[in-house]
Amino acid sequence: MNEETGGGPAKARAIVVGHGEFAAGLVSAVGQICGMADKLVVLSMMGMTPEDIEKTIRDQLVRTGAQVIFTDLPAGSATIAARRLVKETPGLVLVSGVNLATLLDFVFSTDLSPTEAARTAAERGKASLIVVGR
Amino acid sequence: MGVHLYRIDDRLIHGQVVVGWGQPLNIRLLVLVDDLVAASDWEQELYRMAVPPEMEVRFADVSTAIRDHAKYADDPRPALVLTGDIASMYRLVKGVKAIGSVNLGGIHHRAGRSEKLRYIYLTPDEERQLRELEAAGVEVTAQDVPSARAVPLPEVLEGAAR
Repeated sequence: MNEETGGGPAKARAIVVGHGEFAAGLVSAVGQICGMADKLVVLSMMGMTPEDIEKTIRDQLVRTGAQVIFTDLPAGSATIAARRLVKETPGLVLVSGVNLATLLDFVFSTDLSPTEAARTAAERGKASLIVVGR
Repeated sequence: MGVHLYRIDDRLIHGQVVVGWGQPLNIRLLVLVDDLVAASDWEQELYRMAVPPEMEVRFADVSTAIRDHAKYADDPRPALVLTGDIASMYRLVKGVKAIGSVNLGGIHHRAGRSEKLRYIYLTPDEERQLRELEAAGVEVTAQDVPSARAVPLPEVLEGAAR
């Protein structure tokens, strides 16, 4: 994580964390499509120990009050760290396997609580995976 | 089929292991050798959920893994044996005496460690244990993903490949 991305918006609704530049790319796409990237904090976990990943996410949860964590792979070390945090934090929700459709639905669901928005966004994200052709 | 990879990775089960190596090596049995995880049902459940359905995961402490190593090696499925630190792999290799190579996959920065590669940081004690393994005939290389070059231990310790 670097200061530029890790600083992020002070009142974010969710944290997005993944491999490589995945999170930054995804959130930049949200910004390009609807200009609501300021609802999201971007974290990269490159070169970090599991303890550092967990601490970085925890620090950002405290700083922003976010109640949702989006991660890329169920097997990722960010997902493992996030699951540890969910266990110790009532009301915190983790969505793994995030895609662009999920995040877009989430940032637009401002009438729902962050955790409700995460659940409906996950359903939208699943439905967005389609195969065309044969 | 035997054990296709003995890996040291402080992130334990994660993307590079189950996807990066698991897919090309067609890994179907993953053995996580870690004393702390082996003692905790919750930790085991945490890592079990990170493993794809086609892969069986087993958890063992180092002593159990030494005892059961022949079973992993004789299993008809391609296997990967994983430890979270050098000390555990060192004990495993010394106890089994049939492990020919060890992969350094991710040992990240922590107090007392110095950088050798982007993903390998070592304390003097860890360096010594790796040198001992190599002196005993075990091939030690650093390689985070299959498409990267396997960096031989002397080159890792020089820090020349950073």
